[in-house]
Amino acid sequence: MPAPSAPALALHDVSKRYGRRWAVARLTYALPAGRSLLLTGHNGSGKTTLLRLVATALSPTAGRVEVLGRDAVADRDAVRRDVALLSHASFLYEDLTALQNLTVLARLLGIPSPEDAASALLTRVGLTRRSDSPVRGFSAGMRKRLAIARLLMKTPALALLDEPFGELDPQGIHDMEGIIAELKAGGTTVILATHLIEQGMSLCEERLHLQDGRAVAA
Amino acid sequence: MKRLMKWVLPVAAVVLLGAGWYVGLAVAPPDREMGDVQRIMYVHVPLQWMAMMAMFINFVAAVAYLLSSGGNVGTVSAKPRSSSPLVSLLALVVNLMAWVAHILKSGWGLLMPGSKEDEARAKQDESGWKLDSVAEASAEIGLVLGTAGMITGSIWGRPTWGVYWSWDPRLTSEAIMLVTYMGYLVLRRFVEDPDKRATWSSAVAILGAINLPIVWFSVRWWRSLHQVQSSPRTVDPAMVLPLRISAFGMLALLLVFLGYRYRQAMAERRAEMALPDALPGDVPSSLPQNSSKVA
Amino acid sequence: MSTPPRPRPVGLITATVALLRKDLLIEWRTRARLNAIIFFALATLLMFSFALGPDTKLLEKNAGGYYWLAILFASVLSLGESFRVESENACLDGVRLAPADARAIFLSKAVGNTLLLTALGALIFPVMVALYGVHIATSAADLGLILLLGCLALSAPGTVYAAISSNARARDVLLPLLLFPLVIPALLSATKATTLVLQGDPMNQLGSWLGLLSGFNLIYWGVGFVLFPRIIED
Repeated sequence: MPAPSAPALALHDVSKRYGRRWAVARLTYALPAGRSLLLTGHNGSGKTTLLRLVATALSPTAGRVEVLGRDAVADRDAVRRDVALLSHASFLYEDLTALQNLTVLARLLGIPSPEDAASALLTRVGLTRRSDSPVRGFSAGMRKRLAIARLLMKTPALALLDEPFGELDPQGIHDMEGIIAELKAGGTTVILATHLIEQGMSLCEERLHLQDGRAVAA
Repeated sequence: MKRLMKWVLPVAAVVLLGAGWYVGLAVAPPDREMGDVQRIMYVHVPLQWMAMMAMFINFVAAVAYLLSSGGNVGTVSAKPRSSSPLVSLLALVVNLMAWVAHILKSGWGLLMPGSKEDEARAKQDESGWKLDSVAEASAEIGLVLGTAGMITGSIWGRPTWGVYWSWDPRLTSEAIMLVTYMGYLVLRRFVEDPDKRATWSSAVAILGAINLPIVWFSVRWWRSLHQVQSSPRTVDPAMVLPLRISAFGMLALLLVFLGYRYRQAMAERRAEMALPDALPGDVPSSLPQNSSKVA
Repeated sequence: MSTPPRPRPVGLITATVALLRKDLLIEWRTRARLNAIIFFALATLLMFSFALGPDTKLLEKNAGGYYWLAILFASVLSLGESFRVESENACLDGVRLAPADARAIFLSKAVGNTLLLTALGALIFPVMVALYGVHIATSAADLGLILLLGCLALSAPGTVYAAISSNARARDVLLPLLLFPLVIPALLSATKATTLVLQGDPMNQLGSWLGLLSGFNLIYWGVGFVLFPRIIED
């Protein structure tokens, strides 16, 4: 269990490089427990890299990432169980149906009666009607909904949302806002990276603006 | 160190190879059956030995890289995730290997002292890149020496066996070894990310090296059912001396090649991992020295 | 909304079974692809008989070798395919972050490919009997054992190399280039053993070839199991 007073996310002088380019450079930041964070910045400013670092999909080149008081490198598996990432890539198997995609994840997480959990989540994101169609035929918006269902399956303590409103129609954006608000109400800390600053500002208490991989005043 | 590379080893290589080959060609007796043709042995055998030596260095560097560059392998036992006996046995083996690698690594540090500015994380340490560069250099040189050894072997084989190539276990195994390391070098060319390249090529080097003894046994078994092609090398004492001298000469040559190729590889790594150019709108000195040492 | 208690993390075996089920389900749902691999192996067998001409004696003598070459070529396709599925939509990242033990990923992929190749080998064997005029001289159980051990031996190193090459440039060239020299001992012993089964084993050599094959399996399943996490984790 994380220490009660530990910040939800603490970055200590974190850097990540790709070859000769710094994607994130010497970033130090602490997100107080119970607050949600809006990440802003232009394309290529390091938002996605930062989220992937926090999700432990990448390990930092230098510095330390702490999630809920745990080191993201040393205690990686524990951090992975607490964190869920909604990324640009949907993590969905194209050849499986919506229901099967979620069932696979439920089995990996050790959830009892995985299929029931999966269909309950499909109802929640409004995909019941397409639960038995393969993902290959899904529109971008439906994929996004299924990806968010995948995230909700984990009931994460920290949800990382990379452009959750991208490719969604106005109704979808509204639904997504509802889901994020629900997550927050359930005690999940949300880190949101988006270009839609208005939506983001209404959902998050804190804001971090990135430019060329470092924090700047917005 | 510099003088060793620039003068001592090259001179030793020239003198020893010259002396060994002179004795081998002019002083040692010709082979009773093969005649003067056999004198190619003084070139062929040292080449083969040193090719093996280079591949061995490659294997050691690959193992040391995987174990030194902090990661999961060394810590399997640290996470008691599964208590099955197989896992504990594997963890034991891995820990034993990690211990050996640690000793190897500290020994390596004595041989090639590197900059020690930043020891906070193994990843930032240059020693990983040194091991990777040694692995690259030794595989390439081993491939060159092995190919030269194979060519001289064919030249020897033609008058003695009547053919350039035979499916003799020794030849077959060596051909497989050369193809294995060709694959290794091709992989290195096809992966741009230096970290991934180092990790993946180490894995490939280890899998390939483990395979060589298995190849050797399987091929010998495979052939022995067809024909017994024994090539006994009963070496006359008068032949031992020139062989030994030229082998040491070849060792010096191997070390010269290795040293220069290693420096080249290391320069490539440093260029790949050099501090990126100052970012737009950035003060050039805003990154302190220790984070620029990430390499 | 109250959060339900988090389920206990699953163990290595449970995760392996879950991933294996998923892989087999994908294979089943895309069985057109599976059929294509089977037809590819059959075409390979057919091509060997064209390359040798109508000399049935020669075909019969070399049948074991052609059989294993057909399986080897098909294995390159099936191994490459099993990781292509994972790189689409970065599914492998999704599995890693779930989190699933990386060693479970190795086991599920290697076991999945073994099952696939064994089934393929069993399917094309009758065709080989018809094409090359071979017959089983010792016992079908021996043949089954050889097939299983041979496919295990292709799958363990194949999984490691497919994971590597699926992320590199020129992945289609790289996988066979890395895999072929490595599996030569396995291929040699499987071929020899198959030939003994097909043509009789007067000198009782089968056991030693099976031993070699088992040793190869033991080494590469062990090494693959240990090395695989390093390969797929950043």
